[in-house]
Order: sequence, then C-alpha cells, then structure tokens
Amino acid sequence: MEGRPIVEIENLSKSYRRGNQIVPVLENISFAIDEREFLALMGPSGSGKSTLLNLIAGIDRADSGVITVGGVDITALSETELARWRSTNVGFIFQFYNLIPVLTAFENVELPLLLTGLSGRERREHVEIALSVVNLLDRMDHYPGQLSGGQQQRVAIARAVVTDPTILVADEPTGDLDRVSAAEVLSLMDRLNIESGKTIIMVTHDPRAAEKAHRVRQLEKGVLSNVSP
Amino acid sequence: MLALKFLIRNAFRHKLRTVLTITGVAIAILAFGMLRTLVGLWYLGVENSSATRLVTRNAISLVFSLPISYKDRIRQIPGVKGVAFGNWFGGIYIDEKHFFANYAVDPKNYLELYPEILLSSDQKKAFFHDRKGCIVGKKLADRYGWKIGDLITLKGTIYPGQWEFVLRGIYRGAEKSTEERVLLFHWDYLNETLKKTVPRRADQVGFFMIGVTHPNLSAEVAVAVDKLFKNSLAETLTETERAFHLSFVSMTEAILVAIQIVSYVVIVIIMVVAANTMAMTARERIAEYATMKTFGFGPGHIGGLVFGESVVISMIGGVLGIILTFPASRWVETELSQFFPAFSISPATIYFDLLAALVVGVVAGIFPTWRGATIRIADGLRRIG
Amino acid sequence: MGIPFSYSFRNLWTRRLTTVLTASGMALVVFVFAATLMLVEGLRKTLVETGSIDNVVVLRKSANSEVQSGVERQQASIIETQPEVAIGQEGQRLLAKELVVLISLPKRESDNLANVVIRGIGDNSLLLRPQVRLVEGRMPRKGSSEIIAGQSIAKRFKGGGLGETIHFGMRDWTVVGIFNAGTTGYSSEVWGDVDQLMQAFRRPVYSSVLFRLHDSSDFEKFRTRVESDPRLTVEAKRETKYYTDQSEVMARFLRILGTTLTIIFSLGAVIGAMITMYAAVANRVTEIGTLRALGFQKKSILGAFIMESLFLGLLGGIVGLFFASFMQLITISTMNWATFSELAFSFTLTGEIVSKSLFFSLIMGFVGGVLPAFRAARMNIVEALRTS
Repeated sequence: MEGRPIVEIENLSKSYRRGNQIVPVLENISFAIDEREFLALMGPSGSGKSTLLNLIAGIDRADSGVITVGGVDITALSETELARWRSTNVGFIFQFYNLIPVLTAFENVELPLLLTGLSGRERREHVEIALSVVNLLDRMDHYPGQLSGGQQQRVAIARAVVTDPTILVADEPTGDLDRVSAAEVLSLMDRLNIESGKTIIMVTHDPRAAEKAHRVRQLEKGVLSNVSP
Repeated sequence: MLALKFLIRNAFRHKLRTVLTITGVAIAILAFGMLRTLVGLWYLGVENSSATRLVTRNAISLVFSLPISYKDRIRQIPGVKGVAFGNWFGGIYIDEKHFFANYAVDPKNYLELYPEILLSSDQKKAFFHDRKGCIVGKKLADRYGWKIGDLITLKGTIYPGQWEFVLRGIYRGAEKSTEERVLLFHWDYLNETLKKTVPRRADQVGFFMIGVTHPNLSAEVAVAVDKLFKNSLAETLTETERAFHLSFVSMTEAILVAIQIVSYVVIVIIMVVAANTMAMTARERIAEYATMKTFGFGPGHIGGLVFGESVVISMIGGVLGIILTFPASRWVETELSQFFPAFSISPATIYFDLLAALVVGVVAGIFPTWRGATIRIADGLRRIG
Repeated sequence: MGIPFSYSFRNLWTRRLTTVLTASGMALVVFVFAATLMLVEGLRKTLVETGSIDNVVVLRKSANSEVQSGVERQQASIIETQPEVAIGQEGQRLLAKELVVLISLPKRESDNLANVVIRGIGDNSLLLRPQVRLVEGRMPRKGSSEIIAGQSIAKRFKGGGLGETIHFGMRDWTVVGIFNAGTTGYSSEVWGDVDQLMQAFRRPVYSSVLFRLHDSSDFEKFRTRVESDPRLTVEAKRETKYYTDQSEVMARFLRILGTTLTIIFSLGAVIGAMITMYAAVANRVTEIGTLRALGFQKKSILGAFIMESLFLGLLGGIVGLFFASFMQLITISTMNWATFSELAFSFTLTGEIVSKSLFFSLIMGFVGGVLPAFRAARMNIVEALRTS
C-alpha cells in the first residue's frame, strides 16, 4: 500500500569524466517513488543504477535536474546542509556492510545518533530497539570482526534504521552473502517495509533479491522502464 | 640494472610515502655529517700539532707564567734544536663576537719552529723590523679585509688598555688544515710596555715552545726540562704539542661525548621512521608476494625485492643528505662564525654518511624482508586489499 | 557532536606496531628537546645562583673574569672605605678581598687534568655567601697550609677529600673541611686563606673585591663613582650579573646547538608521523566514505584524524619526558669557556620544561597529521565508497 510520492526526480542528468572523454550516464530521466514502496533497481553494469541511488541518497551531485525527497529539494542544499540532511533522512545499507571495525555493534548503530541532539540515555534506547528489530541485541558488545557476514549486514541495517529515516537505500545488500544469510537479510528488509512502512530503494543484480521487492524497474542506457509493478 | 630499475619503480609506486622517507633519511644523514664535523673541529688543534714540538708551561696552571730567564737554560739541554716563547694575549677585536687567537711571541724563533707558517721574506723582514708590527693568517685577513699597513687595535683583557699594531705580513698555511686565523705580534712590544706600566708583570712568558732535533727525543727532553726546574719558584710541565691540545679537549669531553651520542640517536630515529615505511609497504604487498610465489619465485627473490627497495630508498636519501651538507656547512661558516669560522666536511665524514645510510636501509628492511620472504602462499592470498 | 575520541584512540591501538614505531620516533625527539632545555637550565641555575643580588664584585677594568683580573692592594683599600659597603653585626665591613687562580688537578678515575679554581678568602667571605655551608670538618686556621674543598672537588679530584692533601706552590695543603654550595659553581672550588695563597703563588695583588651593599639600590651610585675615580682602574658588577655574563657564551652555544638539533630531529619525527597518518587514511578510505555518507561533516573527519595524530604526539611526548627525567641523575663536568675553569652542573627539570616539551610534541603530532587529515576530509564520498 504505497502512498504519495516521496522521491520526485525531474530531468536528472549526470555524466562522468573518464580520461579525456565525458561519458553520460543518466540523461534527463524523470520519475517518482511512492512512500512505503520497496523498489528494486536493476540493469547491466555501467547502466547508472548505483549513480542514481547515490544521487537520491545525497552523496553525489547531479549535473542538472531536481531531486525532491520528502518534500526537500536536495539539489539546492549546500554540502554542509546535505550532510545534515542525510543524517536524519537516509539510511544506508552497503554491499560490504561498511561497519567501523574499531567500534562495537552497539557503537556502530549509535554512530548516526551522535549527529542528533539526543542524550546518552535516549540514544541507548534507540540503539537497543534497532538491534532487537534485527535480532542482535545479545551481540551488541561484539566487534564486527567477531560477527559473520550476515550478522554484520544486520547490524548495518540496524544502523540504517536507528534514526527513523525518510528513505532506506541499499546498494547490492546481498552481494557478499551466502544464500541463507541473504534470505534472512531480505526478509528483514521486507518486514521493515511492510510492518514499519519504510520506503526502500535497492540496487541489485541478484534476481532473488529483486523477487523480494514489490516493484522492479530496469535502467538501461539511461532509460528507466517498468519490469513488474 | 634491470633489477635496480624495477626496485626504483617499486619504491615510487607510492610516491608521497617514498618521497617523505627519502626526505627524512636525507635530513638525518645531513645532521649526522654535521655533528661528526662538529666533533672533528674540537680535535682540530690536535690534528695540527706536531710531535716534534714541545710546550712548556707553569706546572700549577696556564694562569701562571714562567720567567724569561728559563729560555737560555732550556736551550742548553741536549736534543733541543730551538726555543721560542710567547704569551697568550687574549685581546678582543671590536667585541667578543669577533673572537680570534692572538699571541705575543719572539718572531724569529717562533717562525722557525713553525715551518707551516708561510710568509714571504719581504713581509718577514718588515715584521721583524717593526716592533709594533704583527702578522695575521690569510683567512683572518680576508674576513676583515685587512691590507698590509693597516692599523689593528685590540682591547686587552689580561693586559689592559688599547693596543695598536701595524699589519706587516699575511701568512698562508702550508697544509689545508693549518690555522690561518691567528694574529702574532712582538713579545718585546708587550714587555716594554709592561716595564713602564706594571713592572712586576714584565719579563714573564706564558709558554715556551721547544723544537727537538729528532721526534724520538721528545719524551727525554720533556723530562729533562721539568727536572731542571723542579723545586724552583716556577716549576714547569712539558709535553708534546699534541698532548697539550688533547688535554684541552678532555676538559670539554662531556659535551663532546653528548654530541656524539646525539649524532647516533639521529640515525636511530630515522631508522625507526624508515622501518615504519617498509613495514607498511610490505604489509600492503603481501598478496602480491604470495602471488609471485605461486609462479615459482622463492623466498630469496622476494626477500631481495623488499630488502633492495629499502636500501635503494635510504641510499637515495643518503646521497641527497650528503649533497645538502655542502651548502649547510657554508651557512654555518658565515652565520655562526663566532663559534665555527671553519666548518668543512672531510672525505671520511662522507664515507661515514654513506655507511650510515646503508645501515638505515638494512635495519629498516630486516623485519619486512623476513616477513615477505616467509609468507605462506595461502595466507598471503587471503589478505587481499 | 562529532566523531567520538574512542574512534581515534582505538585506531591507534589496532595498528599497534606502527603506533609504537611512530611514537618512539617522537619520543626520541622530545627526549633530546627536553634534555637540551634541561642542560641549559642546569647551567643557568648553577651560574646564576652563584651570586647574590645585593653583592658587588669589583674587578680590574675589561677583565672578563676574576682569573684575568688584578686589583692592587691600595685600590682594594680605597674600595673598602666606600660608604655603600654594609656593616656587619660585629661592626666589621662586610667586604672580602679575594685571590682567584687556577691550578691543574688530576681527576680521581681518569687522571685527566682539569683547571680548578683556588680562591683565597677573607674573614667575611663565608658571610657574604649564604649559599655556602661548611658541612664537614672546620675552617682553615690563619697562617696555616690548610684548605677547604667544595663537594664536587672532594668527590671528583685526587687529594680533594677530607684529610687528603694537594700539592701546589711548593707546599702541601691539607683539606680540613668540606663545604656544600648547593648547585652553585662554588662546589667546584677550593678555598684557602688569601694571605697564605698570595704568598705561595707569589701574587702581590688581589683578583677581586666582593662586598655586600648596605642598600641594594646604591649600586649605580657606587659604580659611577668608582669607575670614574682616577686612582682606580676597576669596574663593578652585581654578583648575579657577573656570573650570568660568564655563562653567556656557553649557554648561547648550547642553546643554538640544542635548537638546531631539535629542528632537525622534529623534521624527522614529523615525517614519520605524516607517513603513518597518510597510511592510516589510505587504509580507511571506505570507512571515511561511510561516515560521510551517514552525515558526518568534513570537519568531523578532519578533527578525528588530527585527534589521532595529536594522541600519537602526546604519547611520544610523555614517553620522551619520562626518559629525559632520568637525565637529572647525571652531572656534567666541563670547562667553562669564559673562565677556563672546571664547572660541574646537572640537568634540571622544571615545570616550564615539562609543559614546553608536551606542547612541542603536540605540535609535532599536529603538523604530521594535518595534511593527511585534510586529504581524508576532502575525499569524494562516492569514490571512497567504491574502494572496497
């Protein structure tokens, strides 16, 4: 049950410089993502799906066009404002988990909260809730090196949701996991979407992951097309 | 040569890190060389002294003088070729910053005893004839732009008053290391003035220089001189010029030792830095080494690569440091001339510099070389990135 | 709130070997830095404390030290009658006419000779020097061949101990007392009766006159009068200034040497820190990208890496200071270039040196880490994340 559009993209273009050449990756695409949608973005390598994801998440800048997330035109924000925006509006899930190795699971999940004004006690509450959602409360004092791949990814998911962000973006979340762990992670994401109403935008190669999503779009040569509603 | 090219390319894979390490080694070698030179300067007096010249002074200390009448009695001792005498004058030119040694001597005998002081016969004659004349070494003359005929005024500290001298000669040293920053004038001028002003200080000398006919006789003559004046009002202590200078050096030994220790500490510090660099480099390339081992390269090859890189980096730094030593010592000679009017690098120091750079490279490379050579292929391959 | 300190701190701990190596380099530098400062301070303390501000030393004009100076008997008497001289409890003028010469004495262990100051003292000499106390034995009897030695002499020179004898001036002199002079230069002196010593050395003139000012502010008045008096060829200095001037040359040399060495060393240590920090940044590219993606500002990243290198510097500083403090156990004996006499002094650690050293180590850490930290902060997020 999706709602109004939460991400609106208008005439977005982005190119990269490779040596002396300028390679266009996205050319004037426009589309919208609705609230509570679970979207999978697929496409061949180099099609620009990760680029699109990065632009929506505010970690890259478009050459032209407007991106509105949750009513905020992020293309108009300064670097500093964009960072601040990210801390409360975007939750990231990376292929290689990207946990800080010298921090415990608890501390890793706490990290985004340090950018808010919450007190130590309030932060603790949020972290514990997030960790229990991913079922890893008992491992909160473990370092990433002491956790399996699947467990690390779940900690990463807890970190992604702890600030209650507007959108969750995931770049190949199951890319480094075995079948069982991948399935666990995907069903977790599914639950987050259905039970907590989180909007999830996922880039993936993995057809099983795409299956779990509710909507799949293909990005090919800069053109977005629907694959399944 | 191919290996060397490969080593250098490898070393510069990580340009910034390698450049930083080379800079560090260069600075350390520069410091090492300069400090060694500093220590060498201390011993300069010792180097310049001869084994056929003896110094006789008052046995109590340099602060006490000897009667001039001793001269003739010393002359009689068998083995003595010539006797000269002098007083350390300690005069100040302009101010304390412009320090140089100045002595009142008996010109004829003194110059005979010091054949390394080269003076043209005209200038020598002019000097001998002018009671108020003086001669200076070329380096000193160059420094102050003195010409023959100039008036030089020294402010006396031990012998108070303003003393004026006429420059009659500029001497060159026979060896490169001969002291050319000394001013010599007539002892008679000093003595005549003292007789008029402070008569009780007249007819006293600070030291006698004795030339012996044969170096083997030095010890004998020294003993004979001291025996002659034992139990007199002014007992003497006679030793070779070399021993005399050495005793001065030993008085400031503590500082010398400290400086030498410090020069080695510099090398240790840079060794630590270089070792750090090599350890990092080796750690990053473990996977590569493991891969090379799969092709059949042995531990010796891998070890050689790591070791070679370490040595190449430190030798480049060493050479750079040596090159920098020359302008640096020029700077010391001009800016710190009060302390170090001469600060030149000897060939021995350069060899030591190279040796030090080599040692740094070797020590820094030991642990990473061992690590790289002994890594098991499977372990190495697992550590990707 | 920025990135927590524990991040920086734990990263240092994780790469322990590198941290230890880099911090060791810095520790060595701080050691040399602190040791040099301690040496200069020790020299200054010894020479400056050797003197009271209320005392005046009168020497022959343009003599740089007592050893070079000669004050005739009549001149000494004229000075004695000056009104600025203080009067003691027993109505005596607090003034001493002294003789200072150097003699060569052999050291105890090595037989090397050193020039030692022998001071012929008067009745008031001890009174004028409150830093000096007789701790063993007694004062020499007038008219006898007896002497007293400073503790440094007794310890380090042959014949300088209580009951031992030193031979000079054709006589044997017995050491009947040992005096403690704190850290002042007097510790390296031998004292005897001035008249006896003048006879033995055949010196008919004094070296200097020392007296206490009746009123400390009278100094200028005294100096102007005495230096313009045609009967006198003297100059006067406050005792403190006299000793400070003597340490000038050596102190300058030590300071220049120390500063140069420190600059060179710190360049080496900073380079070491830079290499370490650049490597740290390079190893954590993905982490940095992640933190930025999460919303941490560039300046937080900058701060975290600078904090890490500051920690490194501080660690090095503390270790270096720790070892430097042991230098206080060492006494240096060397020849004072101004007076040609033996001088013993030790390394002195002061609070100021401690704070200077720690500050210096922090600066080193900062300089070493600032460029790498900027590199970390200015990374492009997407590129950083792509590196896995």
